[in-house]
Amino acid sequence: MKYESQKVAKPYFIFALILFAGQVLFGLIMGMQYIDGDTLFPYIPFNVARMVHTNLLIVWLLFGFMGAAYYLIPEESETELFCPKLAIVMFWVFAAAGVATILGYLLVPYAELARLTGNVIWPTMGREFLEQPTITKLGIVVVALAFIFNIGMTVLKGRKTVINLILITGLIGLAVFFLFSFYNPINLALDKFFWWWVVHLWVEGVWELILGAILAFVLVKITGVDREYIEKWLYLIIALTLISGLVGMGHHYYWIGTPKYWLWLGSFFSALEPIPFFMMMLYAFSVVKKRRINPNNKIATTWALGTATMAFLGAGVWGFIHTLAPVNYYTHGTQITAAHGHLAFFGAYAMIVMTIISYAMPILRGREEGNPPEAQKVERIAFWLMCISMIGITLALTAAGVWQVSLQRLPETGATGFIDTQTQINPVYWIRLLLGLLFTAGLAAYLASFFISGRTESRSA
Amino acid sequence: MSERITKSMARNIYFGGSLFFFLFLIGLTFDTMGELPKRDNRENITASVALGKKVWEENDCIGCHTLMGEGAYYAPELANVFNRRGKGDEKTFKQFMKVWMSIQPMDKPGRRKMPQFNLSDEEVNGLADFLIWTSRINDNDWPPNIEG
Repeated sequence: MKYESQKVAKPYFIFALILFAGQVLFGLIMGMQYIDGDTLFPYIPFNVARMVHTNLLIVWLLFGFMGAAYYLIPEESETELFCPKLAIVMFWVFAAAGVATILGYLLVPYAELARLTGNVIWPTMGREFLEQPTITKLGIVVVALAFIFNIGMTVLKGRKTVINLILITGLIGLAVFFLFSFYNPINLALDKFFWWWVVHLWVEGVWELILGAILAFVLVKITGVDREYIEKWLYLIIALTLISGLVGMGHHYYWIGTPKYWLWLGSFFSALEPIPFFMMMLYAFSVVKKRRINPNNKIATTWALGTATMAFLGAGVWGFIHTLAPVNYYTHGTQITAAHGHLAFFGAYAMIVMTIISYAMPILRGREEGNPPEAQKVERIAFWLMCISMIGITLALTAAGVWQVSLQRLPETGATGFIDTQTQINPVYWIRLLLGLLFTAGLAAYLASFFISGRTESRSA
Repeated sequence: MSERITKSMARNIYFGGSLFFFLFLIGLTFDTMGELPKRDNRENITASVALGKKVWEENDCIGCHTLMGEGAYYAPELANVFNRRGKGDEKTFKQFMKVWMSIQPMDKPGRRKMPQFNLSDEEVNGLADFLIWTSRINDNDWPPNIEG
């Protein structure tokens, strides 16, 4: 560790992984509810489980991004963090707000939570992914502002690199576009239009800047390749991300009341969205091929290449298969969407957080040379288990989606109803659940790998 | 190809390209705001529709259902439920809604369960009005058929 204040990243990473485990647990619950609707009913209805599953995802990724920023910004800026104490205070504020919100979802009916938190004063609740009580949303804004102030001041007083400037651009964008979550007009068409300014401009916009910056940082560190080369690629990738992705938002504007021209614009621009992901994959492999150093932390390289590959598959390929309007007409809101969501979030965002953790956590724990080989071996098994089972889940959900479309959407007369369709698809949901258990085993192995000390460390201790 | 592109060229593509397309997006947004009133039948948003949207949100209906294809994929699409269950007739649909909301959760073992939300008559009526209003948004003829 080059700067003492990088240490504040550690609690962020640890808490992110705890929440990740919670997310997967609720994923399993929903996997069972898909098969047997009585599972845990009425204690945890499906909508509550889903809210917990998706909100934990968002929050743990945010913890991961913050941890990544606190780790890499001082190193890139070649100076201590502006105010490490603020980072620690904000960690506890965010963790407390996050835990309280999740407990709120689980302990009282959602309508009661809305009443208790005064949703009537400023209604923002009850929209997908933005289910948090308004007061939690305000808390998120406070935490985000304090965070951006802290790292912004650090960048300002230190060295400016392409990596830290793009990271901070992405983080500012994240905070700015979140403000649209406070706009909830009664007109549903308007509501939906600007809801996407949070959701799409996050995951297909500014989050990709964050992803690109973190990946570039890790690649610089683990390969020793010339920074100029990596930074040029980073610029090109995020340029194409925004060029395709901004108007690519049109692929969400096909069926929500917006004008017809979005069918053309959305199809054209979103069809280009896989290109930057493909470039990211090419560049990650080419950088690793050119590597000048070969550090003992081998598994961090695996994660970096894995992220680039899985992000291309999940966000690029699985995004493309249903993005063209004539296809989306039939697949919109089916299990195809769920398939894409799972592989894209895991491949791009869950994996980039695990990439930076895999690189930085050993250093934060005083293992400058990386984790001992025994721990890396377990982490490698975990990597493959999680990647393979997530691809399996995606294939199962894709099969379910194709089946659903053929029964429920394609027939012009005599189409099968929703519930009957789902009952017929049930065998596929069993396969998905089994793969979910395999994923859980992978996650368990991953978490266990942190507790393996091995011979290397006992010698140095 | 990448050898010929320098870092400063790449930076210019990034700044120029993203600025251009962000402005393009803003322009399209303004145009859409102008077009929407012709398509979203906003003149028919009554107090009851507004109450219905509040009921919809405060019970997290989107956590199981889709509405215009967005939401969770656990329970049926509801943007066209007015046509599916009410055959396009408001009175029929409201009667259906009243019965439907009161008999949840249904005692069918293994079937996906909808909780009992204990809504008042006024709230059920508002929810129905909200769904009727939603079904009349011009959404480019989605979904493909009545099953949603």
